[in-house]
Amino acid sequence: MAQAIPAGQKWWSGGKSPYNVEYGKLMMWFFLMSDAFTFGAFLISYGTIRFSSNSWPDPNAVFRSFPGVRGEMPVPLAFVSLMTFILIMSSVTMVLAVANGHANNKYGVAKWMGWTIVGGLAFLSCQAWEWTHLYHEGAWWGRNPFLNIDGTQSSTNFSNFFFTITGFHGFHVFSGVVINIIMLIMTLKGTFEQRGHYLMIEKAGLYWHFVDLVWVFVFTCFYLF
Amino acid sequence: MEHIQANPAVAHGQGQNFDTKAIWRTFRILLIITVVELILAIGYYEIDFSNKHFVKHVLNGIFVILTLTKAFYIIAEFMHLGHEIKNLILTLAMPSLLFIWFIIAFLWDGNSYKNLRNNYDPYQKEQSLKKVEAKKPGAAE
Repeated sequence: MAQAIPAGQKWWSGGKSPYNVEYGKLMMWFFLMSDAFTFGAFLISYGTIRFSSNSWPDPNAVFRSFPGVRGEMPVPLAFVSLMTFILIMSSVTMVLAVANGHANNKYGVAKWMGWTIVGGLAFLSCQAWEWTHLYHEGAWWGRNPFLNIDGTQSSTNFSNFFFTITGFHGFHVFSGVVINIIMLIMTLKGTFEQRGHYLMIEKAGLYWHFVDLVWVFVFTCFYLF
Repeated sequence: MEHIQANPAVAHGQGQNFDTKAIWRTFRILLIITVVELILAIGYYEIDFSNKHFVKHVLNGIFVILTLTKAFYIIAEFMHLGHEIKNLILTLAMPSLLFIWFIIAFLWDGNSYKNLRNNYDPYQKEQSLKKVEAKKPGAAE
């Protein structure tokens, strides 16, 4: 591993931050670690239950509706692909906001934060639509209208885990949007400009990317497996 | 993690400019992987394999690898961890290794529970293998 830091740099001998990151950013990383284990526990309990069941519903059969399209889509998973695309895209706009923060470009930060918020709201709207649609199909906590892939009776575990975990993730997206809106307001008010740095944008960015990261795993566990 | 360029000035948020090209490159990688995953998932659904279980296991293995690749790019590039110093990377990577035990132990447990129940509760097994009719949406409980 090539390191561009001065040779023989002693990080732990005092006088400098051994992690070379600002305090708040380090704490954000530690918070995200704990959050990762929370999500991990959720997804692994889902996996445990799925492994303990003789059969399970087929995601390709369950998730195949699209707003404005009557009946079923010719290909499954189209809507969730759109949601994934929106979230990845909003992650990109977030990095661009952070990059503009490094360059102390207030206008750039505000612009890309704005797009990130738009992306987050779009994702939440998609999720709201999907939940509503599944609700009308008869799925909710404690209710599961879908059969297993082999045509046997499915338990309510499938819908319980689906709504709990995507709901918990959606709540994270929602908090992320709120945080991003606060960051946008602070940017526009010139708070960061006065401070001389945009580190708060980076911390909000870490949280936002984490939300995207969790979605990658939720996507695999619920829609692909 | 071979391209670590730790910069002592990072702590103060200066001196390190983000490479916009690298951001879009990461975006393209994530997008391509997701599209490949979808093609595989839909392909499995559309094509009728004779040995469906085996194909599904192989596919799930591929999905795990692709998911971890995506996670690596998000963490290393978007969250910029790949550009931090080794102290921070290891502090975060080492506890994450618990996930390896976590996943193996619990999935193993679930699988074992299934086998034990199928062995010792034949009625439950019989019920779970019975084909049923799908209920129409909105039908009475």
